[in-house]
Amino acid sequence: MTDPAGLPFVTAAPDDVEAAPEQPRRAWVEHVMGMPVSFHVRGPLARDQSDGAGGAVGAAVRRGIADLHRTDEIFSTYRADSQISRLRRGELTADHCDPWVREVIALCGEARERTGGWFDADLPDSAGVRRFDPTGLVKGWAIERVTRELADALADHDVLVNAGGDLAVRCRRTDTPDWRLGIEDPFDRTQLLATVPLRSGGMATSGTAARGAHILDPHTGRRLDRAGSITVIGPDLLWVDVHATAAFAMGAECVDYLAALEGHLSFVVHPDGTTATITGT
Amino acid sequence: MRRIAIAVMSTISGLVLLFSYHTSLGPQGPASGPAAGGPGAPPGAAGDGGGATAQDDTGGSAGQDPGGSAAPTPTGTQDQQNTGGSSGTFTGDEVATRWGPVQVRVVIRSGKITQAQAVEYPTGNHRDQQINSWAIPQLEDATVRANSAQIDSVGGATVTSQGYIASLQSALDKAHA
Repeated sequence: MTDPAGLPFVTAAPDDVEAAPEQPRRAWVEHVMGMPVSFHVRGPLARDQSDGAGGAVGAAVRRGIADLHRTDEIFSTYRADSQISRLRRGELTADHCDPWVREVIALCGEARERTGGWFDADLPDSAGVRRFDPTGLVKGWAIERVTRELADALADHDVLVNAGGDLAVRCRRTDTPDWRLGIEDPFDRTQLLATVPLRSGGMATSGTAARGAHILDPHTGRRLDRAGSITVIGPDLLWVDVHATAAFAMGAECVDYLAALEGHLSFVVHPDGTTATITGT
Repeated sequence: MRRIAIAVMSTISGLVLLFSYHTSLGPQGPASGPAAGGPGAPPGAAGDGGGATAQDDTGGSAGQDPGGSAAPTPTGTQDQQNTGGSSGTFTGDEVATRWGPVQVRVVIRSGKITQAQAVEYPTGNHRDQQINSWAIPQLEDATVRANSAQIDSVGGATVTSQGYIASLQSALDKAHA
């Protein structure tokens, strides 16, 4: 059982703070963007029912859920009428899109640069024509944003959002236990290989265990039918997700890449089943 | 397998009590059931089963035997219903997998997983039985091992609304629903 700790973002509660009594906690689940998204909130008002609607916590979670549905409406490549679909067909230009689209376009460019081209949103479609497809970035971007907004709205509360196996957490409290995250074994998804304590940050895993070969080699456009998985833990889900996707596409080269991600912790399950924990410096 | 079935049955009365509690809160939350496979879902991704909540009725009957096997012997835990929802027995959504429906139940005491079982799993052809005998004991094993670390959530390669871990995650979600 690997239990990495000690990185800046894996901030344990300060020693001089007395542990709070166990806080009320509540979970919500919404199926959106093609996956289950779980929201966990703990803190004094997590189970508040004084207004019959979950109080301030319930309202904040509902705003987050609405935000994800709006994200899906704008960015889904499976919806013919989404702005992304219309952009891909040339019916819209970025200037006429929602500001979110322009933000994502800029982030995709930044992601391509930061990964040396291993993350690329210009992907071949079913006909082999390269089209803008930011799907691989939008999920992390949206979940990170929603998690931050939820935490910003809820003083004295801790939040955890699990979006289909990628996680973002924020703790506003300092007297609560760390969130403890398990990493599943890509060869046997009934098993956990490691656990990670995290108070603030993101954890993303790339691999083919759940969806089969869905990650494309950005250079060749070929589907990567590669065993194993790469989990990256760092301060921001958007970027750990991008790094995990890029590193998975790299294959064996990923070790050097991950080792150079300052302040990040990576857990690699190689195609032969061996594992490595890499602390980026 | 028999041992597992008995263990499952022993927790059922606690489960039923617990779900009567959930149901009273259920309609007020934003959590969605039928949204799986909605208009934005990729084909084949979020299709089946994600929203199925198996045992959420309020009845006191302990005879909810998902496997249709041995008669239940309800000796279950009833120490739940505190503010954090941190103790009790929780059942995940039934999830459609390529092998058939899978459902996971966990027993949580003071915030720690003390037991996990697959309460529903595919039975049928020989291949299915092979998968069951291989997978299900290990699932318990994994979760109980993870218990030492008090898992709040499970991460892994992107899950759709299907699969074992989705089901385990949904049991963890239910534990705090």
